[in-house]
Amino acid sequence: MTLVASQSQRRARTSPLVFVIWAYIIWSLVPVIIAVIYSFNNGRSRTVWQGFSLRWWFTDPNASLWHDDSMRNAIFNSLVLSIATMLVVTPLGITLAIGAQRIRGRGSNVVQGLTAAPLITPEIVVGAALLITFTRLFTAVPLGFTAQLLGNVTFSLSSVVVIVRARLVSIGSSFEEAARDLGASRWQALRFVLLPMLWPSVMASLVVVFATVIDDFVITSFLSSGVNSETVPLRIYSSVRGGATPALNALATLLVITSFTALVIGLFGLSTWRKRHGERGGLRAALADVTQMES
Amino acid sequence: MPFYAVACVAFGSIDPIFRDAVPRWNPLTWDFSESKIIFSSLINGPLQGVAIRTIIYVVCAMLLSFLIGFPVAYFLARHAGKRKLMYLVLIILPFWVNYLMRMLAWVNLLSPSGLFSRFMNILGVHYNWLDGSPITVTLGLVYGYIPFLILPLYATLERLDWRLIDAARDLGANSRQAFRLVTVPMSKPGLFAAGVLIALPMSGDYYTNDLLSRSPSTEMLGNQIDFFLNASTQPQRGALLVLALSIFLLIFMSFYLRSTRQHARETTR
Repeated sequence: MTLVASQSQRRARTSPLVFVIWAYIIWSLVPVIIAVIYSFNNGRSRTVWQGFSLRWWFTDPNASLWHDDSMRNAIFNSLVLSIATMLVVTPLGITLAIGAQRIRGRGSNVVQGLTAAPLITPEIVVGAALLITFTRLFTAVPLGFTAQLLGNVTFSLSSVVVIVRARLVSIGSSFEEAARDLGASRWQALRFVLLPMLWPSVMASLVVVFATVIDDFVITSFLSSGVNSETVPLRIYSSVRGGATPALNALATLLVITSFTALVIGLFGLSTWRKRHGERGGLRAALADVTQMES
Repeated sequence: MPFYAVACVAFGSIDPIFRDAVPRWNPLTWDFSESKIIFSSLINGPLQGVAIRTIIYVVCAMLLSFLIGFPVAYFLARHAGKRKLMYLVLIILPFWVNYLMRMLAWVNLLSPSGLFSRFMNILGVHYNWLDGSPITVTLGLVYGYIPFLILPLYATLERLDWRLIDAARDLGANSRQAFRLVTVPMSKPGLFAAGVLIALPMSGDYYTNDLLSRSPSTEMLGNQIDFFLNASTQPQRGALLVLALSIFLLIFMSFYLRSTRQHARETTR
């Protein structure tokens, strides 16, 4: 008891760090919030407030987010690219993770290194390498959507493998072995025992891949073929320093809303799954899944 | 495989008619003359400034990130108490805000008519933030990458055995001694890994620079790569610079991979 008391006393005393953390939170979020607010500006400026309006979101017949064809095109491209990547890369990553776990000995170290390397390689290196591959080696792949899809699949594959692998490790092999002892074939054990248990990591992968691809700039930009494969981040990049209207802020806000929606859906799905299947952890475990961090 | 293609273009020759790079797929015929030019230019030629600037910006940005990020992560791991989940969510939020949106936000604030510039004008500071300012670029890098530092730092500190620190305190160390002699040495591998984790993308960054400065006086290696590969007729030089950057970063990367593997081994034991 005395130990607990002294600990909590120590904790209570050292609280000046509270100011640091709040300063950090304000610093990291307030500029973004201001940018969101300015998307409702009534004037043409992104910096001088001239009253509230929905002009740049809906009402302006030409330049609003709702009516600007090039912005709508960018939104469409972004959504198609991220959903396509998500659907391609998740099954691929699951297969790879299960396969990698079956390899024992030296091979598994190699696989681990290979999956970890893209996670920490600077994107510009990956982007440049893919650009050169698609323009010099596999010239059959045209720059634009196909190349962007393949590039993003390459880049986000490792994060899926990492997420699924973590889940595989925590499940262990005993469930599958039990199923085999009870007469299931290898395939049945995989299909009816292991795969359903992997579901939370599948959900986490879907969310993470969707969010990384929709936010991705470097790879998508290196592999784009001009306006018809322009995504939202590329559009923001090319017009930030020009005299763009607050419609740009609205576009960026929409991007943020989209990835937040994905995050919330993912977190909600994960925690209800956990609750229904009697696993502990709730929101925090779900957060850990999505941020690829141990809780 | 893509890396091999980079090497082939980098060591390839230049088509004399179209001035375009011709990759040489056979390593035996690789031509190293262009690479000699680039590497000597990086060490003591026109690209030297770019290389040094990249290193200085990245080092400064990393130190600053630690200065801000460590107390935040420390608080989160040690003192957040019941509100931990709330703080955690607030700190994870910037992760999910697009990088370009966050830069856009700062471009708006820093532009001459922006809120931050006007505020600084009131304080008597008149500074052109968005035109080749090394301060803005460095702070931009910090702002952009610090979330990627805080989370791994937090994960490391969270995993520490805090009983050891309490033991040190009980044995008579004051809080500063306990921090210096116990906390820091124990979290060193994690600190290092987290540092590498943000130093790598920072070194290859070019868009932060493009958005916040656009001036040749603050150009980094990434900008040169982007320029040579996407906007010039010398993709070969771009490929060579990619190789140079990769070699330089490979040292860090292998260190990172080794330390994480070591960690994985320790936890599975």
